[in-house]
Amino acid sequence: MMPEQVAYEARSLFFRYGSAHDRTSWAVQDVSLQVKAGEILGIVGPNGSGKTSLLKLLAKIVRPHTGEITLFGQSLGSASHQEVARQVAFVPQDNQPAFSFSVAETVLMGRFPHRHSSYWGYAFGWESQEDCAVAQQAMRTMDVAHLANRSVMELSGGERQRAVIARALTQTPRVLLLDEPTAFLDLKHHLEICSVLRALKEEHGLTIVMVSHDLNLASQHCDRILMLKDGAVAATGSPADVMSPEVLRAVYGCQVLVDSHPESGLPRVTLPRQLH
Amino acid sequence: MTISPSQPASSMSDRPSSPKSLPAAAVCDAVTFRRAILTLPRWLSVMAILSTAAITLALLCLQIGTQYVSIVEVGRIIGRAFGVSETVANGSSITDTIVLQLRMPRVLLGFLVGSSLASVGVILQALLRNPLADPYILGVSSGAALGVSLAVLFGLGGMAWLIPTLPIYGFFGGLLALVVLYRMSASYDRLPVHSVLLAGVILNAIFSALIMFITSIMEPNRAFGMMAWLMGSLTSTADHTLVALAIYLVLCLAWLFKQVNVLNILTLGEEPARSLGVDTERAKRGILITAALVTGAVVSVSGMIGFIGMVVPHAVRLVLGPDHRLLLPASALVGGMVLMMADTFARSFFAPSELPVGIMTALAGGPFFIYLLVWRKDRLA
Repeated sequence: MMPEQVAYEARSLFFRYGSAHDRTSWAVQDVSLQVKAGEILGIVGPNGSGKTSLLKLLAKIVRPHTGEITLFGQSLGSASHQEVARQVAFVPQDNQPAFSFSVAETVLMGRFPHRHSSYWGYAFGWESQEDCAVAQQAMRTMDVAHLANRSVMELSGGERQRAVIARALTQTPRVLLLDEPTAFLDLKHHLEICSVLRALKEEHGLTIVMVSHDLNLASQHCDRILMLKDGAVAATGSPADVMSPEVLRAVYGCQVLVDSHPESGLPRVTLPRQLH
Repeated sequence: MTISPSQPASSMSDRPSSPKSLPAAAVCDAVTFRRAILTLPRWLSVMAILSTAAITLALLCLQIGTQYVSIVEVGRIIGRAFGVSETVANGSSITDTIVLQLRMPRVLLGFLVGSSLASVGVILQALLRNPLADPYILGVSSGAALGVSLAVLFGLGGMAWLIPTLPIYGFFGGLLALVVLYRMSASYDRLPVHSVLLAGVILNAIFSALIMFITSIMEPNRAFGMMAWLMGSLTSTADHTLVALAIYLVLCLAWLFKQVNVLNILTLGEEPARSLGVDTERAKRGILITAALVTGAVVSVSGMIGFIGMVVPHAVRLVLGPDHRLLLPASALVGGMVLMMADTFARSFFAPSELPVGIMTALAGGPFFIYLLVWRKDRLA
C-alpha cells in the first residue's frame, strides 16, 4: 500500500439539480478536494449545504456542471458506470425496498459490476462460488449472516442499513462512500458500524468518505473533515482544526461548546442549554 | 459481532486457518445462504414444471369447444399435421380443420398475448417500483389502442412487405403513455404507489374518451368491429399475422430476458442502480421502448385485455420470489396459460355465442386488484 496515493482529486466542482437552463442556486459550488487513499474523510455541514450532492458527484450518480473529478488518476467522467462501480461503492441513506428480496439476494446484487456483459453472463449468469464467498464474508463482517433468508422488507432500520453496507462491501471496492451511515442506528450498532469502518480502513486500506450530521461521529472517526456551507467549502482539515467554536459558529450560526473527548482527546461538540 | 480480518475480496481459501476456526454456525450460514438465493437447479425445476404444464394445458384447450375432441384424437391430428402418423379416412378432415385451423391459432395467440402482457407487467412493476403496475391500468394499453384506432380511422395500417403495420401505430400510442408516466414518477424523488396509479387512471380516461370520439365518427359497421376489438378478443387473425406477431414478440421478449439482472438492480431505485454500475438512462430507454413495442403489438391484435399484467406477476412473485431471472420467464409462461384458459372458457361457455375475453379477465382481475389495494396496503406503501 502506498500511503501517499491519492484516491480522489476534484477541482472546482459546480453542480445543481435540474437542467442547465434553470437558474436555481448551486447545490455544490466551486468545491475542490483531495482524498488520500486509505483515509476517512468526513463531510459535514448544515442541512442543505450540499453534502449528499457532493457524495453523489463522487459516486458518478450525478455529473458536475463544470469541474473535473479523477479517481486514482483516472477521469471519472470518461469511465463507464460499471468501471466506477468496481472501485467505488455507495451506501445511500434511504434504502426502502420495493420488493421482498431476501437479504442474501440483496447482498449478492453487489456482484453486479463484476459480471461479464455477454448475453448469458449479463442476463441469467449465475453467481459463482467466488461471488457467494465474497457476499457471505461481507455479511459476516456486517453481522447480517443470520438474516440471509429474511426479506429486506421485514428488517429493522439498523439491520437494513447493515445489509446495504454488506452489499457495498460485496462490490469489493477501493472506496466506500456512505450517506449518513448511522442515521437509523441505536447506540450499539452505531458503535459497531464505526469500528467496522475503522477496521476496513486500517486492515485493508479502504478509502472512506462519509457524510454525516453527527459532528461527534465525524470528529472521533474521521482523519480529515470537510465542512460545507451553502455548497461551498467552509473549512477543511483535521478534527482538531475544524471543530472549533469559532468555525462552527460561522457555519451553523449558533454557539456550541467544544471540549475534549475523555477517551481520545479529540474535540467533542456539545449543544448548550439554550440558543445564545 | 465479528469484525472479520479478511478482506471481502479474498476468498476463505487463502487463509488456511479460517475453515477450522469457523464454527458450525458458519456452515449453517452457508446452507441458509444457498436457500435464500435463486440457484440454477431451482430455476431449472420450476421452468421444467411450468413448461410441461403449459404444453399440457394447450392440449386440453384444443379439446374443448362447440365440438368436443378427445385428447387422443387431438394428439393424432397434431401428429398427422406434422406427418408423423398416417392419414386415415376422409371423414376426419372436418375435425382436423376445427383443431388445426380454428382452435390451434387461437390457443397459440392466447398464449403469446398472455405471455407478452405478463412480461410487460413484470418490467413495468420493476421499473416503476410499483407492484400494482399493469399496462392496462396505467393507460399504456389505451394509448396503444388510440394509436391503432387513429390508424384505422385514416385507413392506414395495411400490410407493408407482409408485415402488419398496425402494431407500429400502437407502439407510438403506448410509448406516449409510458413516457408521461415515467417522467411523472421520476421527477419526484419517490412518487407514492397510488399517485402513479392515479396518473394511469387519468391517462386511461383521456385516451378512452378520444377512442370513443373516433368510434363515434366512424361508419356504423366499422365502429361495431372497433367496439368488438376494444373489448379484447382473440378472434379473427389470419395465419400470417400470427406468424409475424410471434416472431416480433419473441424477439422483443428475448431482448427483455437479457435485462433480468438489470431489472433486479433497478428495483433498488435509480440512484442505487447507477452506483452499482447500471447505465440507467440506457437501460430505462431500452426497457420502456420494448414495453411499448410489445404492448402496441398485442393491443393491435387482441384489443384491451386487462389485469393479466398485474395479477400474474404478483401471484408468481408471492410464490417464487422477486428475482427477475425466474420471475420474468415464469410469469410469461403463467400469463400464457391463464389467457389460454380464459379464452377457452370465453369461447365455449356460452357457445355458440362468445364472451370477449377482455371482459372475463377484467371481471376476474378487478376484484383481486381491489383486494391488493385495500387489504395489503402495508406491503405497498
